[in-house]
Amino acid sequence: MLLTWMIFIPLIGMILVLLIPRGQDNTARWITFAVTLIPLLIAVSLFINYDRGTAGIQQEFSVPWIESFGINYHVGLDGLSVTLILLTALLGPICIGASWKIEKGVKAYMALFLLLETGMIGFFCALDLFLFYVFFELTLLPMYFLIGIWGGPRREYAAIKFFLYTLFGSVLMLVAMIAVYLKSGDPGVRTFDIPELVKLAKTSGHALADPAFQKWAFLGFFIGFAVKVPIFPFHTWLPDAHVEAPTAISVILAAVLLKMGTYGLIRINVDMLPAGINYWSNGLAILAVINIIYGSFCALWQTDFKKLVAYSSIGHMGFVILGIAALNKPGITGAILQMFNHGVISGMLFLLVGVVYDRAHHRDIKGFGGLGAKMPIYMGITTLAFMASLGLPGLSGFVGEALSLLGAYYGSFDHSRLLTILSTIGIVIGAAYFLLTLQRVFLGPLNPKYEDIEEISPREIATLIPLGILTIILGVWPHFAIDMFDQNVDAIVKAVDATSKAVGILP
Amino acid sequence: MNSVDSLQYFIPELIVVGTALVTIIYDLLPDSKDNNSIAYIALGGIALTLIAIFATGAPTESLFDGMIRIDGFSIYFKVIALVATAVTIVFSIQSRELDPNTKGEYYSILIAVNLGMFMMASSTNLLMAYLSLETVSISSYILAGFLTHNQRSSEASFKYIIYGAVASGTMLFGLSLMFGLTGTASISEIGAKLAGLIEDPDSRLAVMVAVVFVLTGLGYKIAAVPFHMWSPDVYEGAPIPVTAFLSVASKAAGFALFIRIFYLGFGQIANLSTTNWTLLLSIISALTMTFGNLAALPQENVKRLLAYSSIAHSGYLLMGAVLLNDTGIKAILFYLTIYLFMNLGAFFVVILVANQVGSEMISGYRNLVSRAPLLAISMAIFLFSLVGLPPLAGFAGKWILFTAALQKHLYWLVVVAALNSAVSLYYYVRIVKAMFFETAEDQTPLTFSFGNRLLLLAFVIPTVLLFILWEPSYEVINAVIKDFTPADVGKLAATVSQQP
Repeated sequence: MLLTWMIFIPLIGMILVLLIPRGQDNTARWITFAVTLIPLLIAVSLFINYDRGTAGIQQEFSVPWIESFGINYHVGLDGLSVTLILLTALLGPICIGASWKIEKGVKAYMALFLLLETGMIGFFCALDLFLFYVFFELTLLPMYFLIGIWGGPRREYAAIKFFLYTLFGSVLMLVAMIAVYLKSGDPGVRTFDIPELVKLAKTSGHALADPAFQKWAFLGFFIGFAVKVPIFPFHTWLPDAHVEAPTAISVILAAVLLKMGTYGLIRINVDMLPAGINYWSNGLAILAVINIIYGSFCALWQTDFKKLVAYSSIGHMGFVILGIAALNKPGITGAILQMFNHGVISGMLFLLVGVVYDRAHHRDIKGFGGLGAKMPIYMGITTLAFMASLGLPGLSGFVGEALSLLGAYYGSFDHSRLLTILSTIGIVIGAAYFLLTLQRVFLGPLNPKYEDIEEISPREIATLIPLGILTIILGVWPHFAIDMFDQNVDAIVKAVDATSKAVGILP
Repeated sequence: MNSVDSLQYFIPELIVVGTALVTIIYDLLPDSKDNNSIAYIALGGIALTLIAIFATGAPTESLFDGMIRIDGFSIYFKVIALVATAVTIVFSIQSRELDPNTKGEYYSILIAVNLGMFMMASSTNLLMAYLSLETVSISSYILAGFLTHNQRSSEASFKYIIYGAVASGTMLFGLSLMFGLTGTASISEIGAKLAGLIEDPDSRLAVMVAVVFVLTGLGYKIAAVPFHMWSPDVYEGAPIPVTAFLSVASKAAGFALFIRIFYLGFGQIANLSTTNWTLLLSIISALTMTFGNLAALPQENVKRLLAYSSIAHSGYLLMGAVLLNDTGIKAILFYLTIYLFMNLGAFFVVILVANQVGSEMISGYRNLVSRAPLLAISMAIFLFSLVGLPPLAGFAGKWILFTAALQKHLYWLVVVAALNSAVSLYYYVRIVKAMFFETAEDQTPLTFSFGNRLLLLAFVIPTVLLFILWEPSYEVINAVIKDFTPADVGKLAATVSQQP
């Protein structure tokens, strides 16, 4: 029941916000902020009280919804989802804080944001495939309007591109989903229940366990999630959407929406379609390496600060995919950890871009220079985020990537060593573009245009601090997060039954 | 059941005829044109008919010696037709296009179409099927051309007649071939006899030609490719209430007859399926949705855009018809119900905007969100529901259609349909974009009466609720379809297949 409250409290908040009389923008801001704190509190308590010793589902709640089609309202938590829910809920109040300066249609903005939050939390809680899809799609509409109304100059183009790409992917996923449902049994006993389907798909002799079927179903789901991650060649919506979206929405997009793709890959493509992932893992690994190298090189050539961060996201999500493709314990652990870390770090990066954009009204990296003298605190936080993102040991980015790479090195796909070595190029280039940016923006002589640029404000610092702290904690104590999903990863790896080369190495 | 006994079950149809006559006579009274009293008489007649439908119930036997049959299926379509007509009348009261001097004729024809649609949904005899189809068609030609001062409207009516005449002529030829081949006009017997004939290579070709010719007439009614050519021009030229009516009610009636003839006539017999209707119908379905969606992409006129979108929706609905089984029919009924609300809702917004802004073009919708927020948000809900996005009812409808088609392993068709829904997003969203993202020179807020807001909500609420309350509404359809396959069809099929 607690989960249901957490999912629908933002929706109730949305109605509240819509009822506020015209002109009271500040009330709307504060109410939204207060509403987003409630899921955060619930998420923290769920995180703390989560029983780390089991792979089972906790906080389960299920009521029949559409019985003719075996659809239930079924929500629950496992280690993977509780981690991502914490991330989502944490970013709620942070993004509202970052949106404080929005003046146009505040009520509508806040209402749409709350709807988006319902979709995101619901997605991570859903244990019914149908519900899962509904929440997946539910995030599209608010996102479309948030980019399209409050975005930058090319917002309309970016919004529709985002919408169309995601919908193209998700309709194919829908077909695969219905196919899975129809294969799950005879009429009357068919089910959408994810844990049930996972069980059936591993029962030898069952129609769902048929490798030929899983191969095709995998493709349908994969395209749906690949657009979201985004995996090359489905990624072209991302730079546009990121550049045009307002700061807080970029943060949500990078930190949570991209994770919906990889979460789906692990939950459905790996856990539910083990034969499928075994068949396609070679291809997945190659795409991951392309993502890493291509994303990093693209980031290197960018002069737009936000676009740079957007392409670096593509690169870093490549490590998640690589870890998943490895299909062993370090790989998947690293992938999940990297999902969480990337959420935190890219959230910080986009917030930081927003800070400087609000002051200078442009994002051209070469147009700054010497800002370090005027904004030392800002420079400090930016350096922390950059270092975390480029994988400096001691900060969170390192642990996830290192585990992914370790898993991939012993991975089940062909040429695993060669591909892993190739993908480390991404890390080197990552260091290059982040350090270059640091130098261009903060060091050197001060650009006279920014003589009296303001230092980062306390409100902005407040949005960054929680993320900064998490970056450090996870850097030195990764088991803070790993313990949550350790049991689940064991279960997944065992079921996939991939090469056991790497089992027992780490962690 | 003989004709005299049948009359007691025929009361709803009699009330419809009565209402049509009363509206004409009332129109002759001196002060009748000063207000909307004719419209209210028509609405009263519809309410009475609705009551009569549920009061008379469904007999187990066919009426008028096997001419028509009243079952849950026909009652369902009658209710859809009546609701659509009632809504059209309310739209017409709002509309400023119609000439007040011809109100009497307009409403009486609108009511008269209902008689045709009632018969289309319930006829079990080829002759009756053809007559009812013509009743609907001829009345529709008049309605489409009702704006006598408007060239486009006359053009619409003219095109409608020409295409209609060719299509129904072809259909009639097909029907006569069938009658010649089988010696009977009863749909269920025809199916059984055709099943025997198709085994014989000599008559096989004749059977195929007959079926394809019949398909022409039906395809024309539901605007399926390649019989769709009339529909964009007619939809654009006709008065908006009539367009709304044609796109929902007339299409629903077309599907009713389609199902009667194809499902009861050809679908029940196993060895008829060797002729592979499924492939033929799936190709038509795929072409229809693809053409509708692609043609809608560049449209600037919202009415025309909705016309093409309506063709696309015929394509989706045909997915259910392809299957020729209960699941498919249930999917069609469910989708039609949802389509009724979302499509009529969209047309209602078009009427309100046309009245206030004076434009049917997408550019007229610019910045509607600040001029009329309720209108803009409702329109967005209708359009996203037409795309088929959860959590709106349109998704439930598509979902059931997709599931039904996948059960028959029509994977390619479902993939085509799924990709089509993604394509359709693009043109629906162009209206949304104009409403929410673009700025207009004219910023004056639009005002609407309380009644209009209420009516708008009457479309919005089902469009949202039918998704959440999907199970109860699906149960209703299950109940409706339960008595659909008459026992005698099954028996006939059995006897035919036993013959050497």
